[in-house]
Amino acid sequence: MSEQLALLPGFLTAHLQLSLVALALGTLISVPLGILVTRRREFEPGVLGVASVIQTIPSLALLAIMVPTLAAIGAVSSRVFGIEIRSIGYLPAIAALTLYSVLPILRNTVAGIEGVDPALVEAARGVGMTPSQRLRRVELPLALPVIVAGLRTATVWVVGTATLSTPVGATSLGNFIFSGLQTRNFSAVLVGCIASAALAIVLDQTIRLLEVGLRERRRGRILAAATVLLLLATWTAGSFARTWLSSGRAPLAIGAKTFTEQYVLSEILGQWIEARTGRDSETLSSLGSTVAFDALRTDEIDLYVDYSGTIWATIMKRTELPKRRHEVLDAVRSYLADEHGIALVAALGFENTYALGMDAGRARKFELTRISDLRRVASNLSIGGDFEFFARAEWKALERVYGLVFREQRMMDASLMYAAVEAGDVDVISAYSTDGRIASLGLVLLEDDRGVIPPYDAIVLASPRLAREEPDVIAALRELSGAIDAPRMQQLNHAVDGGGRSPREAAAGFLADRAAVSGP
Amino acid sequence: MIEAAQLSRHFGAITAVDSVTFRVESGECLVLLGGSGSGKTTTLKMLNRLVEPTSGSVRLGDVDTRELEAHVLRRRVGYAFQQIGLFPHLSVAENIGITPALLGWAPERIEARVESLLAMVELEPELFRERAPNELSGGQQQRVGLARALAAEPEVLLLDEPFGALDPITRDRLQQSFQRIRADLGVTVVFVTHDMTEALLLGDRIGVMNEGKLVQIGSPRELLRAPADAYVAELMATPRRQAEVVERLLRRDELSR
Repeated sequence: MSEQLALLPGFLTAHLQLSLVALALGTLISVPLGILVTRRREFEPGVLGVASVIQTIPSLALLAIMVPTLAAIGAVSSRVFGIEIRSIGYLPAIAALTLYSVLPILRNTVAGIEGVDPALVEAARGVGMTPSQRLRRVELPLALPVIVAGLRTATVWVVGTATLSTPVGATSLGNFIFSGLQTRNFSAVLVGCIASAALAIVLDQTIRLLEVGLRERRRGRILAAATVLLLLATWTAGSFARTWLSSGRAPLAIGAKTFTEQYVLSEILGQWIEARTGRDSETLSSLGSTVAFDALRTDEIDLYVDYSGTIWATIMKRTELPKRRHEVLDAVRSYLADEHGIALVAALGFENTYALGMDAGRARKFELTRISDLRRVASNLSIGGDFEFFARAEWKALERVYGLVFREQRMMDASLMYAAVEAGDVDVISAYSTDGRIASLGLVLLEDDRGVIPPYDAIVLASPRLAREEPDVIAALRELSGAIDAPRMQQLNHAVDGGGRSPREAAAGFLADRAAVSGP
Repeated sequence: MIEAAQLSRHFGAITAVDSVTFRVESGECLVLLGGSGSGKTTTLKMLNRLVEPTSGSVRLGDVDTRELEAHVLRRRVGYAFQQIGLFPHLSVAENIGITPALLGWAPERIEARVESLLAMVELEPELFRERAPNELSGGQQQRVGLARALAAEPEVLLLDEPFGALDPITRDRLQQSFQRIRADLGVTVVFVTHDMTEALLLGDRIGVMNEGKLVQIGSPRELLRAPADAYVAELMATPRRQAEVVERLLRRDELSR
């Protein structure tokens, strides 16, 4: 818990920063747009329609869609203007949250201006105001409480949605929630939820004070609310400036996908590099699988661990039955180097493959040891898979080669999958072979007797930039070749998932053991 | 001086105002009198281009109003109407001083002008200057509305049933005040009303409107003596009929005493 609380100021500041910048941009877009709509009524259905459609996109999808969108814009802009755009991290989060804040502010701007008493509009014309004077002196001041009410709605939405910006690489209070869910650290989840709810309440009440102050024309309230908002803005601007000024060489960005093993490995890489070269690093955790690869390819992160089979199936799109371990490794290595300039620096020594896992007792009852055995009983069983599994080539191959037809397929979060099989909600899951919970929950893995699932060697991948420019880091990483075997990885995962250690502690423990074995 | 020539306004197929011509001399008060839908308000609003004429022209002094930008014209013409329309987010003083502020008067000049206008409409400046409009009674609000219309020393004052929503006693007081102000300032006025008594009380001349046409224009005496048609005749007869009712009531009281 105290470790979580130590992270709170950083995550909270980042969260506030995301929210305030998005709301400021949203206001700058929506208010002029709303004014335009009230001047040129023919735009109203179009503009409000588009804003409403954006609002109906699920927030997580809107965030995710920003990554390829920005990447496409970035490709054009770097070719035409020579300007690079980072498609993961801060920018996609800001873009999505800004879009998300548009509708309530826009709608209230239009409603506020249109709601001004027609007698006042006539009076404004009658005393000789030009249309723009009428807008500035009469319509906007009178619409302001309504516009601020829209800003208030947008604030609550944005602060809540900002927790979902973690998977696109932006730090927020969502980091607590995402990593907490993956590593079964529920105090982290709780800290994240409470902090973001508290932030939403504080901002909501502050803006409410502003709204009421404006409506009732109470100077004191307006001033108090403005002071609070100004302080928050100054605070975030200050932290912004600090990261800006503390330049020097940027820390290495190490990516991690959304499961425990990835958190542990990213910590191991970071601590190892720091120990060997003194180079510091930061982790961008909870990235989506293809987000991580795209980010590496475009130098937005420097390093992450992927699996040879994933590259083979999802990136290289190979569908034939895979070859042996070292053949796949070689094919992946030369593909990555030739096509993307990415260096496969080291194979860590273990495989984390997809494997079909079952409760041991249940498997015994049905006399199941191999996947071929499943064919007999599959039509009575249900299978649970993570979000990617059923869309992957190896699942299609499993279905085809073994002729598997399950009674039911259920997609669920990877961290819930194990609990589901333990509780008997599903019979078979797409387990990860190094998951610490296989041992702790008494699961067995069915043997892939026809060799359908490709080898999933854990491999350290370095971005084109890192491979080119920092040979000392690459050399240090090469020393990790074969350093972790499968039982060791299971143990490390279990220390986090079941033993309540943080990924950082688990990684430090591993490196300390290693130092003790190899000597100073 | 303000002059309308062949002024017409169509709204789609409807002719709201049909070729209206009149001239109001400096210092004169012309009352446009008619029922609802007679076109009197539309005629008034065409004088300061709150409504653009479909055809015809308006001259203010020696300029054709089409040559001015609409907002420039309106700053030279005072306007007050039944709904008053005081800006709720501005103080009484700011409301009155709005047109001078738009014209770029110096703050001290605006302040002095507001001071004298408040006195003129019989609101104690010390008490009312900083009040918000919603803290005033209806009668007080229309006094401020009148002061606002007069603020920039307009050449012409356009009033659209300004006292129409007030109770009879308040209306009577405001009519008295208005008469006095007009006498003091000698301002040219076009005044729209449907109230015959008000027209007789305030108008130097009365223009009777019916179905978009200006039926007859003349002094109250002329209209009473020689109504142009049955409509005007009936209209002019109403105050007398009302007076007779009052008279009869009084006489019955005296008889029964």
